[in-house]
Amino acid sequence: MSELTLTVMRLGFLAVLWLFVIVAVQVIRSDLFGTRVTQRGSRRDAGRAQQAARQAPPPQRQQASGGRARRNAPTKLVVTEGTLTGTTVALQGQTITLGRAHDSTIVLDDDYASSRHARIYPDRDGQWIVEDLGSTNGTYLDRTRLTSPTPIPLGAPIRIGKTVIELRK
Amino acid sequence: MSSTNTPHSPTHHTSTIGAIGAPSRRNTELALLVFAVVIPVFAYANVGLAINDEVPAGLLSYGLGLGLLAGVGHLVVRKFAPYADPLLLPLATLLNGLGLVAIWRLDQSELLQSIKQAGTAAPRQLLYTALGIALFIAVVIFLKDHRVLQRYTYISMVGALFLLLLPLVPGLGQNIYGAKIWISVAGFSIQPGEFAKIVLAVFFAGYLMVKRDALALASRRFMGLYLPRGRDLGPILVVWAISILILVFETDLGTSLLFFGMFVIMLYVATERTSWIVFGLLMSAAGAVGVASFEPHIQQRVDAWLDPMREYTLSRANEVGHSEQAMQALWAFGSGGTLGTGWGQGHSDLIRFAANSDFILATFGEELGLAGVMALLLLYALIAERGVRTALAARDPFGKLLAIGLSGAFALQVFVVAGGVMGLIPLTGMTMPFLAYGGSSVIANWALIGILLRISDTARRPAPAPAANPDAEMTQVVRPS
Repeated sequence: MSELTLTVMRLGFLAVLWLFVIVAVQVIRSDLFGTRVTQRGSRRDAGRAQQAARQAPPPQRQQASGGRARRNAPTKLVVTEGTLTGTTVALQGQTITLGRAHDSTIVLDDDYASSRHARIYPDRDGQWIVEDLGSTNGTYLDRTRLTSPTPIPLGAPIRIGKTVIELRK
Repeated sequence: MSSTNTPHSPTHHTSTIGAIGAPSRRNTELALLVFAVVIPVFAYANVGLAINDEVPAGLLSYGLGLGLLAGVGHLVVRKFAPYADPLLLPLATLLNGLGLVAIWRLDQSELLQSIKQAGTAAPRQLLYTALGIALFIAVVIFLKDHRVLQRYTYISMVGALFLLLLPLVPGLGQNIYGAKIWISVAGFSIQPGEFAKIVLAVFFAGYLMVKRDALALASRRFMGLYLPRGRDLGPILVVWAISILILVFETDLGTSLLFFGMFVIMLYVATERTSWIVFGLLMSAAGAVGVASFEPHIQQRVDAWLDPMREYTLSRANEVGHSEQAMQALWAFGSGGTLGTGWGQGHSDLIRFAANSDFILATFGEELGLAGVMALLLLYALIAERGVRTALAARDPFGKLLAIGLSGAFALQVFVVAGGVMGLIPLTGMTMPFLAYGGSSVIANWALIGILLRISDTARRPAPAPAANPDAEMTQVVRPS
């Protein structure tokens, strides 16, 4: 085999190997600059909300406040304090359960949490509701202990034991 | 896959927001996997052209074999862990494929054939790879949820100790070149330590999840460090003692470093206390110095590290108990230079003994040069990064700790081997994950990747769509006015 061919193959192989590394890094770039998931989710949510508004404008609610709630629809749940700080869960219309039980969406490792402590779910209008599931130490929205399912304002801290979560856009 | 993830059609109410579903990224994985199979095939052809002036006869079967194994792995992941990380499988496949090429390349060396160090290693390694991917598939299929491992916390501890002690059983254990880390079963040599690594990570994760508050909070502050209570210090002392005992009785520096390092990493992640790292480093340094001062095998490794040239000269002068490998490995890296000599055109087979296992990185260093070794180390770093990323995304503490423990152990093993071969730290008899020749290592590391994939699938999977809730209509919602 000629010297030239081997040199070309040698450099070609290194180029291909590095190309793989670069492609792999491109794949994980989304970790650094936010995920595309959230954007798609919010766009879909927005489209859906417009559709729902067109089909059935809720008569008992003010149009303006309804519109603002839609535009400010939260897209993710963020844990801001406690051992799971930094964990985010995309809000996609699913019920999120919190507690020490292993099958919870967010498993709390906290002595002050009950095994099925609280759940967060969207109601029929797409408003996110937090409900305490009869926990021992209670769930707090801002400073008030929850006694009934309550809508969650954007950015309001929900405290369960040492864990604090909030909804964000 | 993202295009097929249509939202659930609203059935019970018009304004239900359907689950959109995160993109599973399986097609990304498939594309990368094709890439990861093509690169080793290219290298294989390159070796054949350089050594024998012809495309090797086994090119098609080798490429098909690797492609088939990777393809089956991909299909199983697609079916059973659809949201798993898209990078882990291609990265492991590429490293494994390049390892196979390098082993086959050393098989072609007449020098190694003449001293029975190589010749038929590559087909065997392909068989081990198949077994490893079979175990990977079994883990992905049968481990539906990594949290069931939590139930076996203390069984894992007993299991890991059992595996570690097996090589010391008379009649079963084998002493090969000064290290008693192998057992012989039905003609096969097995290295139980490789499997113990995974089992021990399960125990540490389960134990630390329960004890971490006591370890983190019940401590006195002293000179800026948090001193733990005696009873909380117990477990770390026990693990330290065990790793020292491994070092003494099995003279296996690498494994004991790996276990203790993994435990310290997991302790730090669980408690967020820097003092544990300080303690860990002090204790491992004390242990290593203590053992090295009276264990001749370890002492010789340290000497070879401090002055490889003197060691080489002594070995050349036929002094017993010296080895010229450390110096030879450095020469191999040096003659490779920046861009390497090219596949099949180096002389790393001069390392002779263990050229295709412990010292395989020297072959890469000589034939691919600094550029190639850097790319390989980045591939390892990416695997570790995906593991840490999985730990960040995991929503349960056990999964977090297990993922960090496994990826930490993986990264530590790469550091211990690569550092040893390059002369940064004393040389230890461990295998480069996926690259080096050795059945236990390949099989155990595929299982490790399987567990990481399972945790990442659970972490990235969007929570299931809510079942139609009969109470939903009746719930009274109190809105603050």
